Amino acid sequence: MSATGTDRVIPDRLQSPFQRRLKSWETLLLAVAVAIFVLNSFASPYFLNAWNLSDATFNFTEKAMIAFAMALLVISGEIDLSVASIIALASTAMGAAVQIGAGAPALIAIGLVVGLACGAFNGVLVTIMGLPSIVVTIGTMSLFRGIAYIVLGDQAYGGYPPDFTWFGRGYVFWVISFELVLFFALALVFGVVLHKTNFGRSVYAIGNNPTGALFSGIRVTRVKFILFLLTGLMSGVAAVCLTGRLGSTRPSIAQGWELEVVTMVVLGGVSILGGSGSIPGVVIAAFVMGLVTFGLGLLNVPGIVMSIFIGLLLIGVIAAPRIWTRLRSRAAA
Amino acid sequence: MTGGPRDDPAGRLPRPMPASVTGMQMHAKDMTAEPRGETAPGPVLALDGIVKTFPGVRALDGVHLALHPGEVTALVGENGAGKSTVVKILTGIYQPDGGEIRLDGSPVRFPTAQAASEAGITAIHQETVLFDDLTVAENIFVGHAPRGRFGLIDWRGLKARAREILDGIGARIDPDTRLRDLGIASKHLVAIARALSVEARVVIMDEPTAALSHKEIEELYELVEQLKRAGKAILFISHKFDEIFRIADRYTVFRDGAFIAEGRIDEVGHDDLVKMMVGRSVDAIFPARAADPGDTVLAVDGFCHPTEFDGISFTLRRGEILGFYGLVGAGRSEFMQALFGITAPSAGSVSIDGAPVRIASPADAVRHGIVYVPEDRGRQGAITALPIFQNVTLPSLARTSRRGFLRMAEEFALAREYTARLDLRAAALDAEVGTLSGGNQQKVVIAKWLATKPRVIILDEPTKGIDIGSKAAVHAFMAELAAQGLAVIMVSSEIPEVLGMSDRVIVMREGRMAAELHGGDLTPETLVRHAAGIEGAAA
Amino acid sequence: MIARLLTSREALLTGAIALLLVLIASRFPAFVEPGNLASVFNDTAPLILLALGQMAVILTRCIDLSVAANLALTGMVVAMLNAAAPGVPIAVILVLAVALGALMGMVNGILVWKLDIPPIVVTLGTMTIFRGIIFVISGGDWVNSHEMSAAFKAFPRAEILGLPVLSWIALTVIAAFGLFMARAPLGRAFFAVGGNPHAAVYTGLNVGRAQFWAFTVSGALAGLTGYLWVSRYAVAYVDIAGGFELEVVAACVIGGISIAGGIGSVGGTVLGALFLGVIKNALPVVNVSPFWQLAISGTAILIAVAMNARASRRKGRVILKRAEAPA
Repeated sequence: MSATGTDRVIPDRLQSPFQRRLKSWETLLLAVAVAIFVLNSFASPYFLNAWNLSDATFNFTEKAMIAFAMALLVISGEIDLSVASIIALASTAMGAAVQIGAGAPALIAIGLVVGLACGAFNGVLVTIMGLPSIVVTIGTMSLFRGIAYIVLGDQAYGGYPPDFTWFGRGYVFWVISFELVLFFALALVFGVVLHKTNFGRSVYAIGNNPTGALFSGIRVTRVKFILFLLTGLMSGVAAVCLTGRLGSTRPSIAQGWELEVVTMVVLGGVSILGGSGSIPGVVIAAFVMGLVTFGLGLLNVPGIVMSIFIGLLLIGVIAAPRIWTRLRSRAAA
Repeated sequence: MTGGPRDDPAGRLPRPMPASVTGMQMHAKDMTAEPRGETAPGPVLALDGIVKTFPGVRALDGVHLALHPGEVTALVGENGAGKSTVVKILTGIYQPDGGEIRLDGSPVRFPTAQAASEAGITAIHQETVLFDDLTVAENIFVGHAPRGRFGLIDWRGLKARAREILDGIGARIDPDTRLRDLGIASKHLVAIARALSVEARVVIMDEPTAALSHKEIEELYELVEQLKRAGKAILFISHKFDEIFRIADRYTVFRDGAFIAEGRIDEVGHDDLVKMMVGRSVDAIFPARAADPGDTVLAVDGFCHPTEFDGISFTLRRGEILGFYGLVGAGRSEFMQALFGITAPSAGSVSIDGAPVRIASPADAVRHGIVYVPEDRGRQGAITALPIFQNVTLPSLARTSRRGFLRMAEEFALAREYTARLDLRAAALDAEVGTLSGGNQQKVVIAKWLATKPRVIILDEPTKGIDIGSKAAVHAFMAELAAQGLAVIMVSSEIPEVLGMSDRVIVMREGRMAAELHGGDLTPETLVRHAAGIEGAAA
Repeated sequence: MIARLLTSREALLTGAIALLLVLIASRFPAFVEPGNLASVFNDTAPLILLALGQMAVILTRCIDLSVAANLALTGMVVAMLNAAAPGVPIAVILVLAVALGALMGMVNGILVWKLDIPPIVVTLGTMTIFRGIIFVISGGDWVNSHEMSAAFKAFPRAEILGLPVLSWIALTVIAAFGLFMARAPLGRAFFAVGGNPHAAVYTGLNVGRAQFWAFTVSGALAGLTGYLWVSRYAVAYVDIAGGFELEVVAACVIGGISIAGGIGSVGGTVLGALFLGVIKNALPVVNVSPFWQLAISGTAILIAVAMNARASRRKGRVILKRAEAPA
């Protein structure tokens, strides 16, 4: 058949997947998470309390839901900075619906549809009109929240029915909140989509080389558009949970969350330049950020100071390996 | 050191000279610090024993190169011989791992591009790497603009000097034009003007004529003569033998990163040079094949594009290899990419097996059995950061997966089957494609497309930049594919390859079909004449 | 030439601002009185200052999201210094503010240059860090008007020839920046490095170094604005100028600075900032709730980025001779 013999067989793998995993970013991150957990339990007697720990999960569950979709988007080489503003707009829409007597199912539908619509708007501008996603979503970040401000001004919507607020406050079993269950379920769904499906494979291909992916017959525009839709949808889901948890809507809701979501994604090992990253990494990063916030909170460190740690974490995790390789190559030279 | 006749550095010999050139000479004189003694000067710049290694590759293995003032040295070698690595070392982009660079006999180092440029080494690159959004004048002086008071750029002086230099090379370009608004030939002139604007002693020209028309090439030769008269040492890199023999004074041959030979160009023959380049005779590297085309598979009718190509029509039959020849920039790749659905043609239709098909995206093309192996392997062909098996299965995922879910075992099986057919050399199928050699990367790209069971395969410069051994393997494989009934389109700029492989050849010139040749009409001369539009070719 | 001038972003924006002013004047003529226009300019001065720095950064293919946090931190430091030592002369405070801002810019620049970390990640990180540091040094407390010395507060408002010092500073910086971007080798390097980093390396320009200096310039201007902001509004706290970085980026994008680098002008940037400034000041006058401001600037960004993309869409290589414009 071939020009020369086929006696020489190329092995599938040199390293088993397990060996690879052992040396991965996720493993390192998991070690960090465990270390923080241990440190926290020594630092504060209140840490190892089931209800306290359960409360702590609310620090990250909503943000992490968006982070899963954002991870896919960033892997594909795009970014969406408007996610927090989508929450504001979706929450405002739900608040307006409450005023005319909408029930929980209608509210949820409205929240998700607004999220999808915002995602579609971003998607059209980026994929069909070919505009850079970072500027587009800085623009829609102002636009979406701006609409919320136009509607609400300095007012607030409230009066959400209890069967709606359950989605932010309810517990499925003992200390296990609905949000935590949703977080794990979504982690599973996104993990499978990214790592086990054709769609996920094309996301990696696009992120590594969009031209090469296009030349390989992948519908790059369509995949990216779907990712913007997904990110919008997850922002809608987060809007439902957050609005339910707070029980009210102000236009400043979820202000600055886009940065925390991006931090979570980058901390989880997703390359901001696209092409690599994993959902397990983002899951662990969510826990790390939640634990840090919670632990510092127990030590009475105010929230704004925690942001220093988050910022240092963000730069540190990216800088550390680069400094390390630089030092090593210098030592070798 | 062979003496030989040299051009007088200061241009004292009586010689008819256009008025514009004299202006050039004026400041050319103060650029050259060359001794005018009786003895022939040694090389301005010499490389000795230069070694450069990259992970897994020894790009340069102790090469030697000497550049003499007022002379053109042609650097000859196949793709991958190490020519561009040498250019990067000379211009301070790369640092050699070993060996010595000598400027006027004393060892120097170029830790940065700045250092090389300050030492008077300037390069005109393959792709004129300049700044589209800056003006012509600024492009000429980026990095070394004349300064006025407070160290600020003296725009008036800058423009005046730019105009002077452009006039000197006979380029009628307004220095205030944005570079973006110029054609490719004019951009070349700007690049040359830039080379002249620095106190250059060594000018490197890396395939300067690749995208130029006949007339523009003649003008470039005249420029090279001017540079020689100004006493500059010129390193001329080209694949075109006719121009090497026309303008070079000396030659240096590299092969596979090693120095092979050097000497005066008038003491060497065409065939000797080829032998030194490839290390063996070029005959009989093409597989013999019995052309026995079957039914028509592909019919293209009246393909047009507003700016790239016009009126392309042809048919292609099973088992046929159709060559597309033309100069670089003749619109061949642009047409192929439109056929593959990357860009949209403004008019024209495609039919497969007589049935018209609509191709709006590469995905459509693949579905209809048309696949494209692009010239730009790293950017368009392979996704180099992904493993081999994932590259191979990328367009075939629908077949290896079940209901959209990946099945690794099937992927590995498919990848193994097709990479084995192409005799791929790799450590493992999950190795990143970027770790492979150029030839093996090309095999991965071809394997990727064969796995889709195509009907028409388009190969765009399939052997560009790959080693001789892989080249022969790709040729053999192409012949085998055609024998199995695949219809093959091969875009190539290498005449031996076009002649050796094609059953029929379409020659393109400036976006149009210049000729369709087969049988006895297929000679190097007819190809070149049609491609260049030389008179008499229309017959 | 004339056609290009007319379709340029500067001409377009000048036209848009003029149209806006005419529309407003038709109902509220007081808005276009010179005194009011001067106060609109004065209000927009901080945005102009930051946008000019941001322009340098964006030209080199980076982005600086930390400018507002830099402004707030510098502002807090000088306000606390003034509260603790009211005798420190304003000149010293100005120098200190610029130096401190530049230092923070250098931190960004070093991380981008030496460690090759994507600028968006770096400045997202430093943005939260700077804000956090404000809290740490201030303990979350405000520095109020009565804690600041009279001289400290008076400086930006002092009038010279009828214009406040704040406006004069903005005008000076615009002029200096115009000169710098047009004639200083570093200014031209910003264009070259962003326009084609690959070619820049070959022409001996150091891409990372140019980016470092762009961040430094941006930081220095943010520091300068930090003092002016705090003294003008006579208050310093953690959240001042929160989210202002987006308005700054918006001004640049509206001003025609391509986010892909290499394209833009000082004039466009200033006009982009003025466009936003006019809208912001006009809203209360025409009786539109100021809550519209955010949505309007968002829309303006989207329109501007769409226009930027159209203007800079790369022309393909023209092969057909008949399609090639006569040279």
